[in-house]
Amino acid sequence: MIINHPILGPRDAAEFVCLGDACMIDRPDWEAEDAMQQFHEYGYLRDNPAGQHQELWYHEQGDRSWLVLTRNTLTHEITKVEMARDVARSRGRDK
Amino acid sequence: MSQSNRINGGLIDRSQTWDFTFNGKKMQGHPGDTLASALIANGQKLVGRSFKYHRPRGIFTAGSEEPNALVQLRAGAHQEPNTRATVAELFDGLTATSQNHRGPLEYDFMAVTDFLSPFLSAGFYYKTFMWPKAFWEKIYEPIIRSSAGLGSLSMKEDPDSYDKGFLHCDLLVIGAGPSGLSAALTAARSGARVILADEDFRPGGRLNSETLEVDGMSGSDWAAHTVAELSAMDNVRLMTRTTVYGAYDHGTYGALEKCTDHLASSGGKPRQILWRIYSKRAVLAAGATERPIAFGNNDRPGVMMASAVRTYVNRFGATPGQQVAVFTNNDDGWRTAKDLADKGVEVNAVIDTRNQPPVIEIPGARYHRDAKVRDTIGRKGIKAITLADDQVIPVDCLAVSGGWNPNVHLTCHQRGRPEWRDDINAFVPGGVLPVGMTVAGAANGQLSLASALQEGHDQAAAQLKDIGIKVAKAKLPQAEDEARESVAFWHVKESDKRAWVDLQNDVTVKDVKLANHEGFRSVELLKRYTTMGMATDQGKTSNISGLAILAEEAGKTIPEVGTTIFRPPYTPVPMGALGGRARGKDFRPYRLTPSHKWAEANGGSFVTVGNWMRAEWYTRGNEKGWRDSVDREVQMTRNSVGICDVTTLGKIDVQGKDAAAFLNKVYANGFAKLDVGKVRYGIMLREDGICYDDGTTARMSENHYVMTTTTANAVLVFRRMEFARQCLWPNMDVHLISTTDGWAQFAVAGPNARNLLRKVVDDEHDMSNEAFPFMACGEVTICGGMPARLFRISFSGELAYEIAVPARYGNSMMSVLNEAGAEFDACPYGTEALGVMRIEKGHAAGNELNGQTTAHNLGMGRMVSQKKECIGNVLSQRPELVRDDAIKLMGFKPVNPETKLIAGSHFINKGAEANMDNDQGWMTSVAYSPILGHSIGLGFIKSGDTRKGEIVRAVSPLHGTEMEVEICSAHFIDPEGERLRA
Repeated sequence: MIINHPILGPRDAAEFVCLGDACMIDRPDWEAEDAMQQFHEYGYLRDNPAGQHQELWYHEQGDRSWLVLTRNTLTHEITKVEMARDVARSRGRDK
Repeated sequence: MSQSNRINGGLIDRSQTWDFTFNGKKMQGHPGDTLASALIANGQKLVGRSFKYHRPRGIFTAGSEEPNALVQLRAGAHQEPNTRATVAELFDGLTATSQNHRGPLEYDFMAVTDFLSPFLSAGFYYKTFMWPKAFWEKIYEPIIRSSAGLGSLSMKEDPDSYDKGFLHCDLLVIGAGPSGLSAALTAARSGARVILADEDFRPGGRLNSETLEVDGMSGSDWAAHTVAELSAMDNVRLMTRTTVYGAYDHGTYGALEKCTDHLASSGGKPRQILWRIYSKRAVLAAGATERPIAFGNNDRPGVMMASAVRTYVNRFGATPGQQVAVFTNNDDGWRTAKDLADKGVEVNAVIDTRNQPPVIEIPGARYHRDAKVRDTIGRKGIKAITLADDQVIPVDCLAVSGGWNPNVHLTCHQRGRPEWRDDINAFVPGGVLPVGMTVAGAANGQLSLASALQEGHDQAAAQLKDIGIKVAKAKLPQAEDEARESVAFWHVKESDKRAWVDLQNDVTVKDVKLANHEGFRSVELLKRYTTMGMATDQGKTSNISGLAILAEEAGKTIPEVGTTIFRPPYTPVPMGALGGRARGKDFRPYRLTPSHKWAEANGGSFVTVGNWMRAEWYTRGNEKGWRDSVDREVQMTRNSVGICDVTTLGKIDVQGKDAAAFLNKVYANGFAKLDVGKVRYGIMLREDGICYDDGTTARMSENHYVMTTTTANAVLVFRRMEFARQCLWPNMDVHLISTTDGWAQFAVAGPNARNLLRKVVDDEHDMSNEAFPFMACGEVTICGGMPARLFRISFSGELAYEIAVPARYGNSMMSVLNEAGAEFDACPYGTEALGVMRIEKGHAAGNELNGQTTAHNLGMGRMVSQKKECIGNVLSQRPELVRDDAIKLMGFKPVNPETKLIAGSHFINKGAEANMDNDQGWMTSVAYSPILGHSIGLGFIKSGDTRKGEIVRAVSPLHGTEMEVEICSAHFIDPEGERLRA
């Protein structure tokens, strides 16, 4: 696959490591009442969609950016590539 | 009878004659020949034995689809089994032998299997070798494997080298036949970056095999002119002998270039190159493959594809027979008869399944309309054919034409599904094609020359437009549309003898029918039950006929039955090419420590740790085994001082205003309050609460930390920290750099460590215990001004330091330290002594941090802070993980000090049966302690912290051992830590 890195342009997928579902960005609040339950779901439960999927890729053999890809798991078509940091910020993550 | 079947013409160089041997027999050929064409020229009909029944077989095709003519090429370590003679280029001195027979090729002892064929129908392995079950592995399978099968390996190391390469282009044209050349020409003249790849050594495809004309010249001349024009252009890369074998995601293609296979010796160059081609667009112009008709004994040597007969006659100037008949269901077959007759070869019959007037008048040939070949005669070479009406016609070659199958393979590599076209009785590309690919010419069902040339141009032009390249205007090559009518006709029903569908796997019409009868009605099941379409040819000549017969038998249409899924590779790719340079010691990259050269010169013996080569121990004098060296290194270190290269531990530089807050999140224990100039031990958890890694982190200044990780996890911890920084806490002002390779680091351990380092570290730095206590760190200068970092940390349990210098000084640092240590009787120590000392001290390492254990298990549960946000602290409190009777890390010593402990042993209480229900834990690490004089171990045992002094059994069913051990503290040496603080 070719991943169109927002900064570096098209790069071979071999330069990347895939972590999986981009929901890993949405780490629960450790002080929540039901933190244990939330972390359990965060750690263990994943959707496995046949089709559009948002996933995290790490440009390990490159600039070390974490990216969020919107990829079709059936066709491997990649419709969107974003910097994971921007996605994390837009989802309200801070310090 | 040298070259008895050589005739005039052809694209071979007769000015040179080359010698070669087949089964030791001397023969001659010319440059431009393939091994197959040279064998035909020399009248060699019988070239091999079939896979299952050991039937005599000859050359069947003239291309990569060949199912029969598999030979062993070359000899010794260069021997290459299962080489298709039809694609093996001849070279002077070539040696080839036939395969899959016992005794000589002409009298194969295993041919007895052919007479047993009534018992060996489809699925016979499954039906026959069911009982007794135990016989399968030891008796049945070895017998089947040795009697069936193809060539054999030399069992020697491949002496050739293979490379991998990467290419980029605007347009990749796959196939250099008429449509491919036309497409490449259009794209090249428009200035696009073009790669034109073709499996043949001579571009032109069928143009070289036919007598058709383009632009008023012979097809092969036009191809040669076009190739000359393309070769002269800078924007074109013409790749002959290159098979594009797979279509992958996003316009990426795999290709195999055979660089030196056509030479007697590779001369030190890579034999083959595996290319990864990145294309913006691609035109598939892979052509079409002619398919046979199945009839009785249609596998005899001399029965050949009609198009292949034309290829041998027109391109190679070699005739497969002197008295030839043609059996066809289409117009194209007639051209074989015509071309043969034009070359003066006797054609005595044309048999057409259709009831219609002759397509072409063939002088001397009798025309049999609405007729079929029912059987053939001649075991080691065809002598005659019998028609359905029982007429017998003497022939020494039968050319068969069943129509053409477009080569749709690459269109299916991304889930494309071919579609059936009734008008040409063939599958054409359908469904979703690989991104950026279009198909032109015969591969797309455009079976006439003029339409192929036109479509090649059109598809290239459309592709260029799509990527914004202006298409240059040029005159299209002109040719005439040849007659192409055909009917669907798959097998001769009048045949009562075995009629072969798949020659390579010995699958007959009867086997296909039987599979259907027994319920294997899906085409995928048919393939697996009968093995039709497997092995080196992947059914290129058999698949479509097989599924047509299945459809007929099941009362379905061909599109209803469908094709099996085509997967890469299109033709076989040698393991050597896939491996490339990654073999032997280059199988994966290896990393050398900065002091590697010094270690080599000083008795170092090396062990691989991940990618690293680390000194395991240093042999001195007449030490006989590793234990001698390791025991000495431990004793010398504990008695005076030892030096160890610890560069391989991961080093991560952490800087920024939020560095402290960040470390507080990635470590389970607190780091926010660590003073500048101090080091702290830290443990990292996974989000699920299990221990992940440990190490020390030093605060070099207000916003600057230097972290160490374990050697094994250096890359993974860094990855995780980048994840935390970018995805979890994106607004933190913190930056990370991996500096593992930047600094060479050495542990200097033992009571004389300070005295040794005092000689190296510059005088202005106060190294006293008060000024630089245990867990201190700082930047210093050494050897008169060289910058270095000094950490007072200890893995061995001794008074110890680690000193880091820029990596390029690592080797000299090692000699400086050892020279300075000479007066203290210092010694270098390796990873084994390091391991012994850490077990003596009770420090956890990889065996204890094995991805199953928690801080609670390791006796460090209280380090996991619940007062701050950090990775893993929430789930680390799950009830199961914090049970009171959880396993705890403890020390173990044998009750009988002579006994050697065994790592991996499980603990069982005294008197209890040794089974999983009574399992109390396991021994993780063991070593012989030269200080204590007996074997010691670390391990996890239930409620271990309350069981000191108890005797349990350490049982290893794997080793068949059992011994009594006493549970003790994990700190065998200096439990109070007085030495470290000295």
